[in-house]
Amino acid sequence: MTAISSDFSSAPVLPKWTAPVLLLAFAYGVVPLIGSSYLFEAILLPFLALSLAGVGLNILTGYAGQVSLGSAAFMAAGAFAAYNFNLRVEGLPLIGSIVLAGLVAAAIGIVFGLPSLRLKGFYLAVSTLAAQFFVQWALTKFSWFSNDSASGVIDAPRLSIAGYALDGAVGRYLFALTIVAVLTFLAYRLVSSQTGRNFIAIRDNETAARIIGIPVLKTKLLAFAISSFIIGVAGVIWAFAYLRTVEPDGFDLDRSFQILFIIIIGGLASIRGAFFGAALIVVFPLALSRLGGFLLGDLFDSGVLDMSQRIVLGALIILFLILEPDGLVALWDRIRRRLLFAWRST
Amino acid sequence: MPLPSYALGVMEASVYAPEVLARGLPSALPPAQPSEGRAGLAAQAAPLLSLQGIGLSFGGVVALADIDLSVLSGEIRAIIGPNGAGKSSLINVISGVYRPDRGHVLLDGIRHAHVPTQRLAHLGVARTFQNLALFKGLSVLDNVASGLAFKVRSNFAGQVLGIGRSRGEQRDTLSRADQILEFLDLSPVRDRLVGTLPYGLQKRVELARALVAEPRLLLLDEPMAGMTASEKGEMAGFVRAARDRFATTVVLIEHDVGVVMGLSDRIAVLDYGRKIADATPDEVRNDQRVIDAYLGVASDNEDGAGI
Amino acid sequence: MIADFDYQFFIEVLVGGLLSGVMYSLVAIGFVLIYKTSGVLNFAQGALLLFAALTFVSLVERGIPFALALVVTFAIMVAIGIAIERTVLRPLTNKPPITLFMATLGLSYIIEGAAQLIWGTQVHGLDLGIEDVPLEIGGVLISQFDIFAAVVAAGMVLLLSLFFRYTRIGLSFRAVADDQFAALAVGLRLPLIWATVWAAAGLVALVAGLLWGARLGVQFSLSLVVLKALPVLVLGGFDSILGAIVGGLLIGASEKLAEVYIGDYFGGGIESWFAYVVALVFLLIRPSGLFGQKLVERI
Repeated sequence: MTAISSDFSSAPVLPKWTAPVLLLAFAYGVVPLIGSSYLFEAILLPFLALSLAGVGLNILTGYAGQVSLGSAAFMAAGAFAAYNFNLRVEGLPLIGSIVLAGLVAAAIGIVFGLPSLRLKGFYLAVSTLAAQFFVQWALTKFSWFSNDSASGVIDAPRLSIAGYALDGAVGRYLFALTIVAVLTFLAYRLVSSQTGRNFIAIRDNETAARIIGIPVLKTKLLAFAISSFIIGVAGVIWAFAYLRTVEPDGFDLDRSFQILFIIIIGGLASIRGAFFGAALIVVFPLALSRLGGFLLGDLFDSGVLDMSQRIVLGALIILFLILEPDGLVALWDRIRRRLLFAWRST
Repeated sequence: MPLPSYALGVMEASVYAPEVLARGLPSALPPAQPSEGRAGLAAQAAPLLSLQGIGLSFGGVVALADIDLSVLSGEIRAIIGPNGAGKSSLINVISGVYRPDRGHVLLDGIRHAHVPTQRLAHLGVARTFQNLALFKGLSVLDNVASGLAFKVRSNFAGQVLGIGRSRGEQRDTLSRADQILEFLDLSPVRDRLVGTLPYGLQKRVELARALVAEPRLLLLDEPMAGMTASEKGEMAGFVRAARDRFATTVVLIEHDVGVVMGLSDRIAVLDYGRKIADATPDEVRNDQRVIDAYLGVASDNEDGAGI
Repeated sequence: MIADFDYQFFIEVLVGGLLSGVMYSLVAIGFVLIYKTSGVLNFAQGALLLFAALTFVSLVERGIPFALALVVTFAIMVAIGIAIERTVLRPLTNKPPITLFMATLGLSYIIEGAAQLIWGTQVHGLDLGIEDVPLEIGGVLISQFDIFAAVVAAGMVLLLSLFFRYTRIGLSFRAVADDQFAALAVGLRLPLIWATVWAAAGLVALVAGLLWGARLGVQFSLSLVVLKALPVLVLGGFDSILGAIVGGLLIGASEKLAEVYIGDYFGGGIESWFAYVVALVFLLIRPSGLFGQKLVERI
């Protein structure tokens, strides 16, 4: 079977950066011209933020094999840290706030990653819930984090880079797109570096990794730090570019599960997978609500929509785990190969 | 060479299949002469590794009792014994996976009550595992390259941005991994995911991952388990070639006594956690206690399966 | 400071904590049953609990007698358990445990959604006929309901232990928990055992759902009690019923004491994370948990 599939590579193929470059060109050059404000506000902005969070979690869970159920905590840490840096540090450029926010999230990630040095599997997964509950509690409890606003709500500052305002939907989209593109590129470089190989080695066989001299403890904490950094920045995009007004409750356990679902559906240990998964997670509730409204009319109220969303999402997870454990990415690659094959044989 | 009539000889005959003989792999050499010569020569040097009074038990079950063992630089040292004799425990003590209850390990003259696993690679020790312990999500090349991870000094930021010493390091790592792949005839499968390879090749990738670090001491935990006779012969050839090329000292555990006889310079025999013999292959072959310990196992092994 | 210490109040808090710990244990036992036989950390246990309570309340509200509603709900829980085993877990046999865990996460979404789609999202009151008047025992005030809950939970544990000790199927369960392959080899019928275990977990979910439902009202947040059970499991070990009980008591007591005596320094509300921190600190000191054995690494 493997022999057959490897035959395809004999034909000349385009360099592997072709697709991402074309996509980026389209995203920068075409989308801003043709997109409606609904497309940006309801689809592309949440898609970009969640994709980036998925990339971050995939580094930790997909590549390094450490399951985390606390991703939303790191998004929240990033969002609130950026808000405070921006508010309290005079003259700090926006990019500075974002990088510092990522570093704060990374530091918190290291702290809550410490149990991974002793715990494995379920025990670790459960212990990451501590991050989830602690961060959410701290942000609600101590009003300093939200500059004493009621119930911890924060409003995003005006987005501008080098004096150029990015407040419109298109501006925020370009802002998010740029951050996501840069971090995704760096993440891709990371997973194909020696450090990325170490992540996978620890995931696949921790004992063997330790014995051949991979610094297991350091590498695990590094995975937590890098993952949390990226998820933290995703939180900034979520708060500053997408919602503009957020509260700690918006980063609850359901959000953490949502990000976990993104990487399961999209494909574990795949950078592309996070984008596939996020696209599905963002688009499917919109599609479901249209479909439900069309089929059931008024019966399909928001409560019913909410419940049927949960059911369909849960069923999707189980179906993917059973039928396509490698996620949408694997499905996509298979379809593409078939198409390519059909095209070649004509 | 006339076949001896007792059990060990029968096994040997079955292992050295004609095609192996024809290719001039280990069995082509009469085992007695070179091993005696080497052992005699090495006896003057200080041992690279020695175990002194190692004792280990798991919840009352004695796995190892008062084991002494010395391994000289450059020799191929086999540890054999029936199932449950404590062979794997011994390797695990040497590589620090287990901490012995009693005794200590002298590695290159330094005394360890518990060999530090995390620093094993830096101490010049590499090992393979009884049940494959490869990284399934990595290609063959990347698996082998991971054997050099302990030498990497660039940090992740340098690697991501491709600056500083990371570029040179990456180039160096890959070229050394490629050399080992070449050496072990693995180049054709270089870019395959390791999990997709047949078992015998995976065993060889593990050897490559251990060898790429050019260790001074190579621990092989049943490197030929589950292999066909011809694969075993091939693997024996690679082990010998690795010793000759890298001047590596080899300690290997093996179930299949026949292969070991031809390959090793000296053999220690374990039974029920005790060392019952420690000598050259010829002496071990004639040792009555070894024959007794092995008689039951020998009949199982006549088909050369070496279970 | 010490002289002012109000021992009576301390004991009241402690007993209250221990009793609410029993409620945590009850939820945790549902996890342990499944984990011991199939190696799955069944995150959907909370959703099952919600489903059971919601079904029971809705049946009673529709005029079905208490006892009949109990039997019908139990039958439904058994059916759901068996359905889960057949449709979700069996196709995932031999997958890594963490995959199974994620599947139960998906499952909890389905069950939560279905429960509320079928029975609606409003909060139902549940009256088990226990007056919540505090009893005074030796000068210490104790909630009558908490005592009732503790007694029911103790009865549950006793029942389960008797079942697993003295019935044929119970003994098979223990064999499976010890070694699945060996159990299969000697011809134990795994599907039957799994079905039984899921039924038992369904029963535990039902009892826990009723007790928690009577206390908090039957509503969506009921499924969140699983988050209270998880630190108990981390502390006591996923595979020990005794661990679940002792862990529950420890968590319950320390949580209440911390809330009363040090909560103010943190501005209150620490119960959302305190149990996790207790469990984590304990595990960092003793990685094998309360009753776990040190595992020998086999390579």
